[in-house]
Amino acid sequence: MTPALHLWLIPVLPLVGAAINGIVGKKFSRQAVAGVALLFSGAAFVLVLSVAFRFSSLVTPYTETLAAWIRAGAFQADFAFYLDQLSLVMLLVVTGVGLLIHIYSVGYMWEEGGFYRFFAYLNLFMFFMLTLVLANNYLLMFIGWEGVGLASYLLIGFWFTKDSAASAGKKAFIVNRIGDFGFLIALFLLIKHSGSLNFEQITQSVGPLSPETSGAGLLTVIGLLLMVGAAGKSAQIPLYVWLPDAMEGPTPVSALIHAATMVTAGVYMVSRSHVIFERAPIALMVVAIVGTLTTLFAATIAVTQTDIKKVLAYSTVSQLGYMFIACGVGAFSAAIFHLMTHAFFKGLLFLAAGSVIHAVSGEQDMRQMGGLRTKIPWTFWTMTVGTFAIAGIPPLAGFFSKDEILWRAYQTSWVYWAIGLFTAFLTSFYMFRLWFLTFFGEYRGGAESGHENSTQAHFAHDDTRAGAGAPAPHELGIHESPGVMVIPLVVLAVLSVTGGWIGVPGSLGGGNRFEKFLGPVFHSTASAFSRELPSTGETAPPKKGADGSESQTGRSTELALTGISVLAALIGFGLAWLLYYHDPQLPHQIASSLGGFYQAVVHKYYIDELYATLFVKPLIAGSALILWHGVDRDVIDAALDNSAHGANQVSDSIRHMQSGNLRSYAGWVAAGAAGVIAYMVWMGTR
Amino acid sequence: MVPISYYLILSGILFACGVTGFLIKRNIISIFMSIELMLNGVNLSFVAFAAQWHALSGQVFVFFVMVVAAAEAAVGLAIIISVYRTRETLNVDQVDLLKL
Amino acid sequence: MAGAVNLLAQRHPINGALSLVVVMGSLAVEYLLLGAEFVAVVQVIVYAGAIMVLFVFVIMLLNAGEEERTKGSRVALLFGVPGMLLGSILIGWVLLERGGGGTVPAGALPGAPKVIGWLLFHDFLLPFEVTSILVLIAIMGAVVLASHPDTDQGKKEG
Repeated sequence: MTPALHLWLIPVLPLVGAAINGIVGKKFSRQAVAGVALLFSGAAFVLVLSVAFRFSSLVTPYTETLAAWIRAGAFQADFAFYLDQLSLVMLLVVTGVGLLIHIYSVGYMWEEGGFYRFFAYLNLFMFFMLTLVLANNYLLMFIGWEGVGLASYLLIGFWFTKDSAASAGKKAFIVNRIGDFGFLIALFLLIKHSGSLNFEQITQSVGPLSPETSGAGLLTVIGLLLMVGAAGKSAQIPLYVWLPDAMEGPTPVSALIHAATMVTAGVYMVSRSHVIFERAPIALMVVAIVGTLTTLFAATIAVTQTDIKKVLAYSTVSQLGYMFIACGVGAFSAAIFHLMTHAFFKGLLFLAAGSVIHAVSGEQDMRQMGGLRTKIPWTFWTMTVGTFAIAGIPPLAGFFSKDEILWRAYQTSWVYWAIGLFTAFLTSFYMFRLWFLTFFGEYRGGAESGHENSTQAHFAHDDTRAGAGAPAPHELGIHESPGVMVIPLVVLAVLSVTGGWIGVPGSLGGGNRFEKFLGPVFHSTASAFSRELPSTGETAPPKKGADGSESQTGRSTELALTGISVLAALIGFGLAWLLYYHDPQLPHQIASSLGGFYQAVVHKYYIDELYATLFVKPLIAGSALILWHGVDRDVIDAALDNSAHGANQVSDSIRHMQSGNLRSYAGWVAAGAAGVIAYMVWMGTR
Repeated sequence: MVPISYYLILSGILFACGVTGFLIKRNIISIFMSIELMLNGVNLSFVAFAAQWHALSGQVFVFFVMVVAAAEAAVGLAIIISVYRTRETLNVDQVDLLKL
Repeated sequence: MAGAVNLLAQRHPINGALSLVVVMGSLAVEYLLLGAEFVAVVQVIVYAGAIMVLFVFVIMLLNAGEEERTKGSRVALLFGVPGMLLGSILIGWVLLERGGGGTVPAGALPGAPKVIGWLLFHDFLLPFEVTSILVLIAIMGAVVLASHPDTDQGKKEG
């Protein structure tokens, strides 16, 4: 007796908006385009809210089939949607944060060319992401997966006339593709194993297995390949290289796609596949190791970056690493919790950074900023909230989610915990470094005098466009952003503060309602898992009752660990204060004394150059030589040319038949007639 | 009692002469006359068969063939006249403007 | 047959025309032997009388002379003539061998004009009418084509 929810409307509404804006948007006014975009994404959000309100009355998991798609013998994949607690959380995050970013973009992109195109792509992205989240089988999810990669490419390369933007888009898509290759092979193996790509059917076929029988076999390979796909989409080692370059896109894009939603698709997918991972301990361990390495690696790079968006980009990679650590130790709900809070505060940080960049007329280098806190107060205060949240200072959101991860990591192996802790310290350090450099001290840039630096904030800006209700920034110098941009910042700031409160763990007095909410998704099949542990396994997780009432030792350990992580965050704050506020000469001295190592970190450990030499250049050379010269030119073109040439020659020789000479024509006719007559006579006599 | 095959052979010979003349002759009027010869040969075989099978429709058809031959001769000769006027020759090998 | 061969042999077209008349005449006799009186008479009147006369008129109008020697078509001589010869020899041989389907009595058929006329106007009425239209068109065409170019300036219709 489940009421019809019309889940299919949720992805389709933004698709309609994308179609309208994309096809006829060029003729509309900016207000109309923005209105259309906001209307459809807002409608999707409202629909999700209504689903959420009715959620308690539903039987979950709730499946809704829109249409049949593939029915090939025993294999069946439909356009069907699947709703359970996990997808509901993702839906709320995607549509909610997505709507806020849409609103922000109206202000941010107001003076850009291609306004309609931007919103068409943005709505298109929402459509694909929602398809990904709502799909009930891996194949439909893969469509959304590929689609968000496409939308990411389109949006990163939005200013496609700029070389660096176009190649950044290409890089993103291609690296994604490598991950997708792994994903595809995993899908094929899944079909081989379970005969289906439906989540429910896979759960049924994989569920009864236990790790010791299935561990070293097909499931491990599937898990590893799924991780490859997730690494591509969620920018983990070794496929993270596209994310920093993706900062070429407009800042709202970075906020939506590369902080809040698309990059989290990998985490979502791994969580969805928890059934498989829990029975493939080796794969799970790989997930955790990849996450750990990535989080540390990216954090170290973030410490040295000077571009405000690049710092945030590496920070995203690092925080995603945290989520994968959580998945890797089996704490899937903690991973999703961190996903949610990260969407809030990283989205906030990116949007606020965009506001800062807008204020200083396009400058992105932090060394050119400073002392902005008095000039752009709203941006300052919201960004402060975001910074404190990501550093893990209680009682903001980041603290609760990050701590949950660290605690669960500790239960599996102290190595994970130690690295996670160190990274938390680094996170706090580089975020406060960013904070101090941008907002405190003396202003070092040149925007007061109306000086505009190249990059992106007003790339296609037309200086004569003073109308349409938008302020003409350059004449004003450093200025606060318009209300349409500030309001989403405030909303996200509030969420960053309060968002963590639904996941307060038992040890601190809360009820951890978030984990209980996601319980039916993750714990239904956990019984097989909790008995066995990955081969690095140390202690088993302490028995947790339904209300988080745990043994006394477990609780005090958890409290101790929480205290240590807060301490680490505060040390990071103190160090940043020392180096960037109190004694600004110090960083230079430290950097020069570290010499070569520092250079390596600044240049991102030369990974991009390594990839270029190892993969990109040989690929381009091979492609040019073999595929272009060899196949395209010498085989395909030559075949066509030669056949045309041959036709020419044949017709040339036949041409002589048409001589205009009557008698030769007659001769041909007579010869032919004689042949026919002879044939007929011969047939008649047989 | 003449076997029908004789008539048919004669008709065939006439037809063959007509074709050969068509191929050999250079004067366009001679070519036309060869065409008439061909038509006559065909007429003969029609009448022969009509006689053999007691079907008068064979003769009626001969009638039609003759009418058509007459019409064709008239038009053809008119064409020859106009060609002669422009080209001043009756030699068919010299009317080869259609040559590629 | 002699007339037919002679047609081929003659160089001057007027001689060819005369031999063609001989052919027509002999054919008329053949038709009589086969009992097709109406056809025989029509043959003499239409073919030998009208068409050949037309031919002779045109030959004399155009002052056709002896044939010149020009380069003929190789194809015609190479393929056509031998082809035709082969074809006809084949047919003749087959017919002689097989003997055909029976014999024809001489003068057996009532090819009286009355009967043929009956057929023409009853069973074959439509072809008859169509043929008459065809003749009409042929007349028009011939007149237009053969009219003198100088006098065409003022004329609208042939």
